[in-house]
Amino acid sequence: MTNTYYREHEPVMPSFDRPAGRPFDPSPELIALRGERPVARLAVPEGAPGVWLVTGYDLVRKVLADPRFSSRYETQYHPLVHTHMPPAPVGDLTGMDPPAHTRIRKLLTGKFTVRRMNQLTERATEITRDRLDEMEKAGPPADLVPVFAQPVPAQMICELLGVPYGERDAFTEAAHLASGGDDFEASAAAFARVSEYLRDLALAKRADPTDDLLSDLAGSDLTDDELGGVAAFLLGAGLETTANMLGLGTFALLRNPAQLAALREDPGLVNGAVEELLRYLSIANTGLRGVLEDVELGGAPLKAGDTVVISLDVANRDPAKFPGPDALDLRRSATGHLAFGHGVHQCLGQQLARVEMRVAFPALLARFPGLRLAVPPEEVPLRNPIPLYGVRSLPVTW
Amino acid sequence: MKITVDQGRCVGAGQCARLAPDVFDQREEDGVVTLLDPAPPPERHAPARDAADVCPSGAITLTARP
Ligand code: HEM
Repeated sequence: MTNTYYREHEPVMPSFDRPAGRPFDPSPELIALRGERPVARLAVPEGAPGVWLVTGYDLVRKVLADPRFSSRYETQYHPLVHTHMPPAPVGDLTGMDPPAHTRIRKLLTGKFTVRRMNQLTERATEITRDRLDEMEKAGPPADLVPVFAQPVPAQMICELLGVPYGERDAFTEAAHLASGGDDFEASAAAFARVSEYLRDLALAKRADPTDDLLSDLAGSDLTDDELGGVAAFLLGAGLETTANMLGLGTFALLRNPAQLAALREDPGLVNGAVEELLRYLSIANTGLRGVLEDVELGGAPLKAGDTVVISLDVANRDPAKFPGPDALDLRRSATGHLAFGHGVHQCLGQQLARVEMRVAFPALLARFPGLRLAVPPEEVPLRNPIPLYGVRSLPVTW
Repeated sequence: MKITVDQGRCVGAGQCARLAPDVFDQREEDGVVTLLDPAPPPERHAPARDAADVCPSGAITLTARP
């Protein structure tokens, strides 16, 4: 009895690497762990707090919905960098707990409702058409990432916030750096640069409001620093996320020709197709939470001060929730997927992302009936999966 | 089926208004859930159940009516 107990919680050191030649699948070692012990203790250096990896769908959902698991970065031990993380910069909602988090999220949720985002469909259609026109004029071939996957969501978030898209050279590079990685100092400095730029822009709008989100926020009770920080976070989230879904999603469709053909023939599939691509690709794949009090999770004895590592991508491949999880099946119901997270931090921009993808994927397929990769699939360069998975470029022809 | 919502728990993610727009809506000013139909007809039960199941904050409660 006691022996089994100790063996069950023997530390493990799984590889987080994706399998060679299968760019859409999570690490096979994490998948194997999910079946054996959906809460597994990770090996950490002497003196580090307990770190637990959670991979099962039900347990991941449970952690994300439970306030005993904190989003504040300073409660979390980073298992790759082997140190506690510095506190989140002002305005980064994903590093806050209620009630501070609630105060800021409440200011924003009315701006991202299903109705408001659906009203942007027409604008998304125009922006998408313009990008496709340019791509068609210049090509073939083309790198889909800079000509299509990045500019469509970038122009959308800029217009929503009221940030001049023409000035994007001033913030794109920094916003990219700010979106994280292992170099905490470099990303904090980049985040501060974008925050300052946006704070000044918003303060100018306080005097002279325009019809956009920054003007609305400039009229709220946010401090000047919060104003810049929240805007920087929204801009970064808008620039980095859907772009990766469009790039990696197109790659996945091109590698699943029967699915691509189904979507092309029946555009009515698009809403479900977008959910399935979100599930299957789970580009935001890994999250951390700090354990605030002793709690038992799936039989594992977590202690206050421990850290939980959450694998959204592995949870989204849990056969108990999604039968035949490793197949991309645009006709399945992917409802309940965790690609946008769960709990009080569930993605604020999810309806915007959905509108962008529902417009962009079918428009791309309709414009280029002969769309195909211009290089062998193994030569498509992939991003480091953390913090956000995707393709660095996607050479296509038609 | 009888539905209740807890507006205090709601985090305005919009999943319910997306999945079951005949049953749930969002308040214009802060995106918080509003209930359009607390006792929906059978054809709306499946989407209402989906909405309750995926609600990220557990703000939707369904009870079977006796
Ligand atoms: C397909 C694209 C996207 C994916 C996969 C995605 C994924 C996520 C995930 C997993 C979270 C939860 C993080 C956590 O629990 O710590 C999140 C939060 C968030 N996302 Fe997205 N996101 C996407 C698009 C967007 C867009 C377009 C925006 C636009 C503004 C956005 C804004 C946010 C914000 C503000 C939060 C923080 C919410 C909070 O902490 O309360 N996201 N997103």
